[in-house]
Amino acid sequence: MATAKPPAGRRRSLAWTPARAGVYAFLIVAALFFLLPLYVMLVTSVKPMEEIRLGTLFALPVKLTLEPWVQAWQSACTGLECEGIRGGFWNSVAIVVPSTILSIAIGAVNGYALSFWRPRGAGVLFAILMMGAFIPVQVMVYPLVRVLAAVDLFSSLPGIVLIHTIFGMPVMTLLFRNYYAALPMELFKAARIDGGGFWRIFLQLMLPMSTPVIVVAVIMQVTGIWNDFLLGLVFAGSEHLPMTVQLNNIINTTTGERLYNVNMAATILTSVVPLALYFISGRWFVRGIASGAVKG
Amino acid sequence: MTAALVKKRQSVSVAAYIALIPMALTVLLAYLGTMLWTARVSVSSSRTFPNSDFVGASQYIRLFNNERWLLSLQNVAVYGLLFIAACLIIGFLLAVFIDQKVMAEGALRTIFLYPYAMSFVATGLIWQWILNPELGIQEVLRKLGFTEAKFDWIVDQDMAIYTIVIATVWQASGLVMALMLSGLRGIDEELWKAARIDGIPRWRVYVSIVLPMLGPSVSTAFVLLFVMVVKVFDSVVAMTQGGPGTASEVPAKFIMDYLFGRANIGLASAASIVLLATVLAIVAPLYYVRTRRADKGI
Repeated sequence: MATAKPPAGRRRSLAWTPARAGVYAFLIVAALFFLLPLYVMLVTSVKPMEEIRLGTLFALPVKLTLEPWVQAWQSACTGLECEGIRGGFWNSVAIVVPSTILSIAIGAVNGYALSFWRPRGAGVLFAILMMGAFIPVQVMVYPLVRVLAAVDLFSSLPGIVLIHTIFGMPVMTLLFRNYYAALPMELFKAARIDGGGFWRIFLQLMLPMSTPVIVVAVIMQVTGIWNDFLLGLVFAGSEHLPMTVQLNNIINTTTGERLYNVNMAATILTSVVPLALYFISGRWFVRGIASGAVKG
Repeated sequence: MTAALVKKRQSVSVAAYIALIPMALTVLLAYLGTMLWTARVSVSSSRTFPNSDFVGASQYIRLFNNERWLLSLQNVAVYGLLFIAACLIIGFLLAVFIDQKVMAEGALRTIFLYPYAMSFVATGLIWQWILNPELGIQEVLRKLGFTEAKFDWIVDQDMAIYTIVIATVWQASGLVMALMLSGLRGIDEELWKAARIDGIPRWRVYVSIVLPMLGPSVSTAFVLLFVMVVKVFDSVVAMTQGGPGTASEVPAKFIMDYLFGRANIGLASAASIVLLATVLAIVAPLYYVRTRRADKGI
């Protein structure tokens, strides 16, 4: 794991040598490059427009203002409506919560059935499901629009939740399958002898043991679904547009002067949830990436 | 085995089948079904609505006579090569440097990886702002006295695609760093001792011994990055909207435009199938090698 401490004695010396200085120089320059956009975004979002017009991108604000944040939240225009990005925020919440729960529930049951019960034909299904992770979304988008329209789910909240569940299934299934495959088979056999059925063993034995993998799954799904743009754009419908889509609309609305400070505040607001999750979860996030190697 | 137990086993395995119904439906309808449907439409004359006639390869011929499509392929090839190469090199370097037992390792890792937590749209918008020639880096350089400074790639037809490389490399190279770092930490301590005794310079050990040993991390990173290349859409929409003109057009955006904007689903379906074939041609062999290795326990 990336967070593991390197074993002692690996390095030649830790004395201050030119090579050592070079290592730090490289890392500091790299860190500055990675932090620069965050810095620019933050300072821009608290500057009044007069200061931005001067073209002093990197300068600290002379006159600090929180007005852009207020505007971004409640009065910036996304297309014709000028109610800020708060609607998008709640839409994203309404999409992320059920999508995450549903896709994890299905992924966990799939992984459990595949690892312990192995019904005939399940292996083939799983292989095709894994291939599904690599199918470009564009191949599936239009037929899915037609199917959802036919069952009256297109442009609805249940529709977009279903879509996220379908697209999340390969990675979630893989994640849980790998986790359950590492558990001892004896455990399962003992539960069988004690008379446990499919659901009982799942709910009373496997699920309580699954906390670590569920944490990873939640991080992956919340981040992935919150950051989604394309699926929300196509399937959510104007009533439920997620925050990412509304953000893009705010910034690319062409009427009047571009309010860069408001735009940057809106961008930060849109990134707050995944960033917070990243900073709080740390190593779990990295674990999620490593196990999501197949994510499409 | 008693009759009761046999009966029990049969009844529970029914539950297992029922539990897999959502997966079966997803595989059959959402994956296989849509693929077949799209393949079918790609050989019909469908425009706004799907037709069921058969016109052979004519959509594919039209597609490859479409300049915008050819441009989008050229763009994604240039983009993909630069993006994957830059992410792998930067990610590897960051991992190697962080692996030198430096101070504040945790903080550095956090800094390099945080862009990956953000959406492509947000990332694209930030860079659009920084690269904007009137107020961004170009203007800052001019204010500093370099009055002739020019950095207007984002509005330059020939350079716009490179700005998307910059933004997405910034976003994704931390991911490569994280994968490589966990690979580096998995390398046996003995290797370093042996190399030190033999007096081999460290950089030599990294290039000739460690890098080949990181094979699995590199291939994981490659697959993830490759999938991002095929999917590149959000960042283009956010940064350049495919412009100026159609200069930064990419296949994913071309297909979405023809599906929903220009109502030419036959052509868009043909383009999707081309994209799918490309992905399978590159990912399938890699995946096959990996599963075979896994089976052999390598």
